[in-house]
Amino acid sequence: MSTLHPSIEHADHVDHGGHGHGHHELSFIQKYVFSTDHKVIGLQFLFTTLIMLMVGGALALGVRWQLARPWEYMPIFGDLTFASDGGQISPEAYTMLFTMHATVMIFLVIIPILAGAFGNFLIPLQIGADDMAFPVLNMLSYWFMWPAIACFACALGLAPNWLNETFLQLGMEKLVVRGGLIAGAANGWTSYPLLSALEQASPSSGAAQTWWLIAVTFVGVSSMMGSVNYMTTIINMRAPGMTLFRMPLTIWSMFITAILQAFALPVLTAAGFMLVADRMLGFCFFIPSGVVVNNAAPTVGGGQPLLWQHLFWFYSHPAVYIMLLPAMGMVSDMLACMCRKPVFGYKPMVYSMAAIAGLGFIVWGHHMFTSGMNPALGMTFMVATIMIALPSAIKVFNWIGTIWGGRVQFNTVMLNCVAFVSLFIVGGLSGIFMAAVPVDIYIHDTYFIVAHFHYVLFGATLFGVFGAIQFWFPKMWGRMMNETVGKIHFVLTFIGFNCTFFPMHLLGIAGMPRRYADPYHFPYLEHLLPLNQFMTGAAILMGFAQFLLLGNFVLSIFFGPKCGRNPWNANGLEWSAPSPPGHGNFDVPPVVYHGPYEYSSPVSGDKDFLMQTEYVPLAQRKVHTGH
Amino acid sequence: MGKLWSLFFVFSAVIAVALCWFAPDWNWWFPGDGKAHSTLGGKIDDLFHLILIIVAVTFIGTQAALGYVLWRGATIKPEEKALFSHGSHSLEVIWTIVPSAVLLFIALYQLDVWAQFRIKGAIRDSHGKMVRPEPVAELTARQFEWRIRYPAKGKPLQPQPQPDDIYSVNELHIPSGRPVEVTLRTDDVQHAIFIPELRIKQDAVASLKIPVWFDALENRDYEMLCAELCGWGHYKMKAKVVARSDADFDAWKEQASAEQFDDGFRKPAEAK
Repeated sequence: MSTLHPSIEHADHVDHGGHGHGHHELSFIQKYVFSTDHKVIGLQFLFTTLIMLMVGGALALGVRWQLARPWEYMPIFGDLTFASDGGQISPEAYTMLFTMHATVMIFLVIIPILAGAFGNFLIPLQIGADDMAFPVLNMLSYWFMWPAIACFACALGLAPNWLNETFLQLGMEKLVVRGGLIAGAANGWTSYPLLSALEQASPSSGAAQTWWLIAVTFVGVSSMMGSVNYMTTIINMRAPGMTLFRMPLTIWSMFITAILQAFALPVLTAAGFMLVADRMLGFCFFIPSGVVVNNAAPTVGGGQPLLWQHLFWFYSHPAVYIMLLPAMGMVSDMLACMCRKPVFGYKPMVYSMAAIAGLGFIVWGHHMFTSGMNPALGMTFMVATIMIALPSAIKVFNWIGTIWGGRVQFNTVMLNCVAFVSLFIVGGLSGIFMAAVPVDIYIHDTYFIVAHFHYVLFGATLFGVFGAIQFWFPKMWGRMMNETVGKIHFVLTFIGFNCTFFPMHLLGIAGMPRRYADPYHFPYLEHLLPLNQFMTGAAILMGFAQFLLLGNFVLSIFFGPKCGRNPWNANGLEWSAPSPPGHGNFDVPPVVYHGPYEYSSPVSGDKDFLMQTEYVPLAQRKVHTGH
Repeated sequence: MGKLWSLFFVFSAVIAVALCWFAPDWNWWFPGDGKAHSTLGGKIDDLFHLILIIVAVTFIGTQAALGYVLWRGATIKPEEKALFSHGSHSLEVIWTIVPSAVLLFIALYQLDVWAQFRIKGAIRDSHGKMVRPEPVAELTARQFEWRIRYPAKGKPLQPQPQPDDIYSVNELHIPSGRPVEVTLRTDDVQHAIFIPELRIKQDAVASLKIPVWFDALENRDYEMLCAELCGWGHYKMKAKVVARSDADFDAWKEQASAEQFDDGFRKPAEAK
């Protein structure tokens, strides 16, 4: 456990656990496939999520294509995926596209790339542990992603024939998706009943919806395993001297995220099971009586569809912060390093994250202002929602304060971090409009909302992740990523992003509803077609720019210039380990003497950084601080 | 190079502001003639513009600050060290208290608009008088159309269908110029009415009857659409609201009733 002033001798006596120094040879499978090493698991998560990022992006381009050229033949993808419709996106396919775009991006990209990839890779390294507290649980957390991905594939109607045959032979025809992609899960990532509860409600509400719910459950199990592990590791396995308030903000954000996961996720899992029970076992948690859908027999009922919305958003609103907080933490780390300056207001940063997490639990109702929930309840949710803007604002001010007076290194990492701050400001401010209930009445379910959450989840989180990939890549592989390609990727993505998503605010104000296969069906939206075509062009540019990232990432693994332990002259513990760190991470057990952000400290002499492991004698400290 | 990057970020913010500034001229703003055509819609727009001003000031301020600190960071001399500062307590206090005051103001300022809209049971009409809205129709959504039931002329709307009720599909007729209440139901999955020019939106939930209060200030047709994903045909639940003066509304009712109950049977003398 950590103390504030560990002695140097203390370091030599620290027992770093049994498994860390296991010198027995591991087979290839143990080492790279079913590995219990947090770094390998982190990289497995990273590879998986980057591939899923491309899948989710391709789905988004399908959506954009339809909005720019409604009902027209879609080149390449149209032939590959919608050949039976002549390469044209049908309304069923369109609803599937945006549903699966959101599903893939949220459940298979954003959450696992933050908590799964970077959480796994960074937590033990940054707190000075040799692995996670529960390495096997950690491995399972990754491998539970694969059943989820397989189930999402089934939800897309991609199950192989032999599997469908097996289900039929077993008498489980309720699990067979008929009709391929076009019958894929298409009820929105929110999957509101009754659309998702009654199989007659739409072509996608049959087996596809069941598979979707099972997949979400698997993702949930994966996240929960990660969350338990992160909490335990951060609480118990910090290096000597690593007190709570010496932890990097990345670790704080992962810690708070893990707590959010642990308390919010069970509600979603329960709700998912309830909905599966409604669908498969004849329960009626969400189904009222006497509902006739598509001339099917009236439902027996007794349930309430609004219950799903409450349960779903009780998880999914905190989940929004799960998708953001780790990026906030990582950006704080990177900004400090790239500005060669301590984080401005470290403790306010920590308290703000805690406040966001706390308030995050009592704002879910703001997704339901128009839902038919008791309107008086809307008032409390509105006040809580507006107040959650406060910690976010404090964080923004502190980031700007961090850059202020810094010696800014304008490299790819820094640019992505500044983009994070700049775009998060837009996403945060647009949130105030929809927090205001009366205004939300108008902009709810319009493109204004779509603009808002893309600014937060893509503009903020993904740019943070792009920066983080570039920043921690040397630690992952012992090589640097290419700066020039990194900058080109940044510029194209930044321009493409803004040109795609900023006009969405205007579409929303013009009243264009989301999830419309053909908005131009309505005369008052016809004039928005050219703007949408421009946005689609920008989206395509941005989509293809991601190949630069992938190419840079993969090629740099093999051909990037080699680097030492600490190429950025950063302070964190991870930079005192070899690059890449071996099994057990640290060759010298780390002992922590400072906070993580002592850049440009007068006591560090000529250097402008002071590693957390570097001991500065008392005399030297006194001389430089003038005491 | 660093200065160029600072300008790059400032430039993107400038474009964003310029785009919003010119958007109303380019017809990328509120739909139709840009005005809200209901009393409440007007309040929503006022609130929107108030928030827009606050947000714009904050946006310009923070982006300018970001540009400034980046520029400063780019111009620092190579031999200089960065400023060694862990923060400032008084700054933290200032930028906690000021935003929270502004946010609290936004939160409290609009409570009354919301209360009128959904809670009080009486809304202010265009003359500022509190009026209890009159129930005029029951709007039932289903995949993928709207069915509307009206009471016969001169009768109140009953919760259960009556023999002399009048029905229409995808055309909601209402009297204009005074608050009306429309009961919202759904036959199957969730839907939501959205009347952009009146700034009205409300979900229809199975098992619930939800009253929606609004007024239409002009005698004209408004577009109405569905705003809650209800299946593949969500985008095609196209309908209109026909707002007419009381006399015209009654005349329509008479005509609709006559058409609906006309069985085509004519006396031979009339038929010829």
